Amino acid sequence: MTDLNALKYTDEHEWLAISDPSTGSGTVVTIGITDYAADKLGDVVFVELPQVGLDITPGAVIGEIESTKSVGELYAPVVGRVLEVNEAVVDDPSLVNAEPFEAGWLIKVSIAEGGADALLDREAYVALTEG
Amino acid sequence: MTEARYTPLRERHESLGASFTDFGGWQMPVRYTSDLAEHRAVREAAGLFDISHMAEFLVHGADAAAYLDYALAGRLSTMSVGKAKYSLLLAEDGGIIDDVIVYRLAEDRFLIISNAGNRDAVGEALAERLRIPAVTVADVSDEYALIAVQGPASEAIVAEIAGITDVSTPWSEQKYYAWTDARFLGEPLLIARTGYTGEDGFELLVRAADAPALWDATLAAGEPHGLVPAGLAARDTLRLEAGMPLYGHELSLDIKPAQAGLGRVVASDKDDFVGKGSASAASDARVLVGLAAEGKRAGRAGYAVVTEGGTAIGEISSGALSPTLGHPIAMAFIDPSSAEEGTIVHLDVRGTKIPATVTALPFYRRKK
Repeated sequence: MTDLNALKYTDEHEWLAISDPSTGSGTVVTIGITDYAADKLGDVVFVELPQVGLDITPGAVIGEIESTKSVGELYAPVVGRVLEVNEAVVDDPSLVNAEPFEAGWLIKVSIAEGGADALLDREAYVALTEG
Repeated sequence: MTEARYTPLRERHESLGASFTDFGGWQMPVRYTSDLAEHRAVREAAGLFDISHMAEFLVHGADAAAYLDYALAGRLSTMSVGKAKYSLLLAEDGGIIDDVIVYRLAEDRFLIISNAGNRDAVGEALAERLRIPAVTVADVSDEYALIAVQGPASEAIVAEIAGITDVSTPWSEQKYYAWTDARFLGEPLLIARTGYTGEDGFELLVRAADAPALWDATLAAGEPHGLVPAGLAARDTLRLEAGMPLYGHELSLDIKPAQAGLGRVVASDKDDFVGKGSASAASDARVLVGLAAEGKRAGRAGYAVVTEGGTAIGEISSGALSPTLGHPIAMAFIDPSSAEEGTIVHLDVRGTKIPATVTALPFYRRKK
């Protein structure tokens, strides 16, 4: 299981897992949506993700997550470049509901070191969803 | 802001882990576990819905049938006792105040079930139209709860609910759009073979106080048959596949019955009724059609329907990725010149044009 306390969060209900910088390959964040967001959306039936190589800036809409009932947008949470998208989740969008923090991840983005520091920690995010 | 209302089954929904959503001022279960699983259960086995938010009116009196012929668009006077009929409550200008189901309980007694969000409007319109002596209309919504068992296993399930006795009509003789008398725990129960999912099914009208016991007994009877509690999200995709209109989407005060494909519901040869003479629409008025597309990306309510060149020719009223069919479906009001079956139009899905074909409704029809 993913240690949810080790993740960063946004108020758009995205989570970010930040790679260990000591690996030398730069800072990479894996981005998905939280279980809270997945529950609110209902069954996810369609996912559209950005092209690999796209440069993103915070707030830009870079993807869509559709459920039977509604459409959620994927917002870029950081400055960076898209390295990889999760083709498995495009093929089987139900992974977003089943394993939002694991197999249901959406994209990997390379960012500058410290580029995700300003985001919410677990405690602040939980407070947001309970507010 | 008025306070949100809950049905008598609130605690049942909470203990089943339901997510709630606002619907017509009511907090209703939108799903218990999964929209898609609940949808599939109704198509393949059965689902149990709490629809107690809907409003009920009792019409009583020697002239009740004549009164309803005047107050509603259809001809109710010729309906036999034991039957039910879909009808419309029209405004003077032919706009739709609500769609209703009318049950004839006795020669001089009818039950009207209307949408929750239109309860006040329906109550006011029914009261205003009381020009005939010896008829009374009572809003009994708060006295009753309504639960629906829908799906191919419905008959087997409802026949096995513990506590239901004195069923007047044998199960095998209960027809679609008919109702029968029964008792639940000794108290009156109305069992109607009606629904909003495109499947066989029953709607059970019970005293509000007995609703939790009936809910429990129905879940217990249904468990061996695959019955699951189902929320409004599944109800919406089920009715959309079945091509059934939803008030506020396919029906409104600005839509005439003929535009929504409901011309047959209006008995225009009746002597006089509210909306007569206005129920037909202008010949260039947009009409309701079904649209089917490929892929997984659904057009949603409010999205434009456009030509290949981008000219707006209509608007989607309801749309989803059909869980049963696996492709996007929608209902839309479009210009009559593009409404012929087989016409290719385009859906403007947040800036992307997706081709769609005008298709006959319903999208899904159950096997008999």
